[in-house]
Amino acid sequence: MGEAAFWFIVAVTLISALIVVSSRNLFYSAIALLFTFFGVAGLYIFLWADFLAGVQVLIYIGGILILILFGIMLTHKITSVDISHTSVQQGVGGIVVLLLFAALAWMIVRTPWLVAAAPEPPGTAGEIGKLLMTDYMLPFEVASVLLLGALLGAAVLSRKGN
Amino acid sequence: MFENLPYPDLILWLLLAGLLLFGLMAVNALAAVYAERKISAFMQDRLGPMGQGAGFHAGKWGLLQTVADALKLILKEDIIPRAADRRLFIIAPYIIFIGAFIAISALPFSEYIQVIDINLGIFYLLAVCSLGVVGLITAGWASDNKWSLYGALRSAAQIVSYEIPAALSIIVVVMLTGTLDLQGIIRAQEGLIWGILPNWIIFNNPFTFLAFFIYFISGVAETNRTPFDIPEAESELVAGFHTEYSGMRWAFFFLSEYANMFIVCGIATVAFLGGWQSPVPGFLDSGGWGLFWFFAKLLSLIFVMIWFRWTFPRLRVDQLMGVAWKVLLPLALLNIFGVGLWSLYIG
Repeated sequence: MGEAAFWFIVAVTLISALIVVSSRNLFYSAIALLFTFFGVAGLYIFLWADFLAGVQVLIYIGGILILILFGIMLTHKITSVDISHTSVQQGVGGIVVLLLFAALAWMIVRTPWLVAAAPEPPGTAGEIGKLLMTDYMLPFEVASVLLLGALLGAAVLSRKGN
Repeated sequence: MFENLPYPDLILWLLLAGLLLFGLMAVNALAAVYAERKISAFMQDRLGPMGQGAGFHAGKWGLLQTVADALKLILKEDIIPRAADRRLFIIAPYIIFIGAFIAISALPFSEYIQVIDINLGIFYLLAVCSLGVVGLITAGWASDNKWSLYGALRSAAQIVSYEIPAALSIIVVVMLTGTLDLQGIIRAQEGLIWGILPNWIIFNNPFTFLAFFIYFISGVAETNRTPFDIPEAESELVAGFHTEYSGMRWAFFFLSEYANMFIVCGIATVAFLGGWQSPVPGFLDSGGWGLFWFFAKLLSLIFVMIWFRWTFPRLRVDQLMGVAWKVLLPLALLNIFGVGLWSLYIG
């Protein structure tokens, strides 16, 4: 059962990712991205990273994807212009992608992976919370200052018109 | 409870649970629509659906009215506009429906009845709520209709804005109970506080009392109901994002909307009102009574939502955003500080 579910999630992730990059319609790409994000969240669950899976859904679907959809819809004359995105410089892009693929494949083959099954952790949320409040306090606070800056910046930019 | 089952049994159990949840959503929508009609009628000094006269009629006190409505929806012609984007038009209602469905499957109906018990509980519920927004934007865009597009944009902006005060007031609950697990949150609300009130989060301190109202107002806004129903304001936008939908596809939007009311009230019940705990400890709190208390609290909240709808006029768009960002958000942030200080020095 677990095996079948795993391959199903992998298939959904890969096929939808393929649609994201190959579709000519920007909106189709965005909707396919929804399934990709969900698939990745499912893969996190297989890695027992349940909190990360929740964050994946909350941030990537609830935040980033909706931002992308807003971007598409608020583009000028969205209903009259046929929105599409085409690929340019396919030759160069292809070579870069092949090199990247080769590098990743080499890394995956060469890495000595831990093959012993780790015991299932009782839940990761509490542990992540403790680490954020102790060892990783400074990065956590720096990230929140960064977000505050982005918030203020957005407010300033959107008021410029008045 | 499912993990240890063998392969065929697991699939059967999952199917059964899914069917039960779907049945719950359908019954919830039927009952809520009937309640909405009757309550609005009584508030406006009318009788509402009564089903009088000879021959086919809608049963005693119009009880069969919504059943007839459902049958009508199933039989209606399914229209897809020629200009619409066919594939997205078809998929959109299901995205919204799945969002509501996977949220409802995590609600703890009683101590023992819960389809999936995940230790992320309330975080999961807040996360999957964002799926509905994607479906909504898809529906609005695929319809190729300016009313739909405007409705979808307004609706998405509204839901995304009100998600923030809602989530921030839930953080207060997590701070006090120290867990994200729904059953854990409910168990933390056992017993009495000051010897008279039930130990529910809402009565824990003045800040949590306020947090409940912030959550509930945001919840009403997230379900796009009056006074926050600008996304489908009939007088301006025909019907908002679902203008072009009819028949069963429209019924799926409708079902999801009422399921979302159920979910919002369910989260409020679990987080602030003690879930399946009896209001008086030791009084009718064993076995199946948990189910009774959970539904009693949840349905009272749904009643309040219906009451809102027939009492308050609709807000303007700017007022709506103002309430979320200038009133509820600062209050919710203040609440987090308040609860932190209270639990350090007083509680």
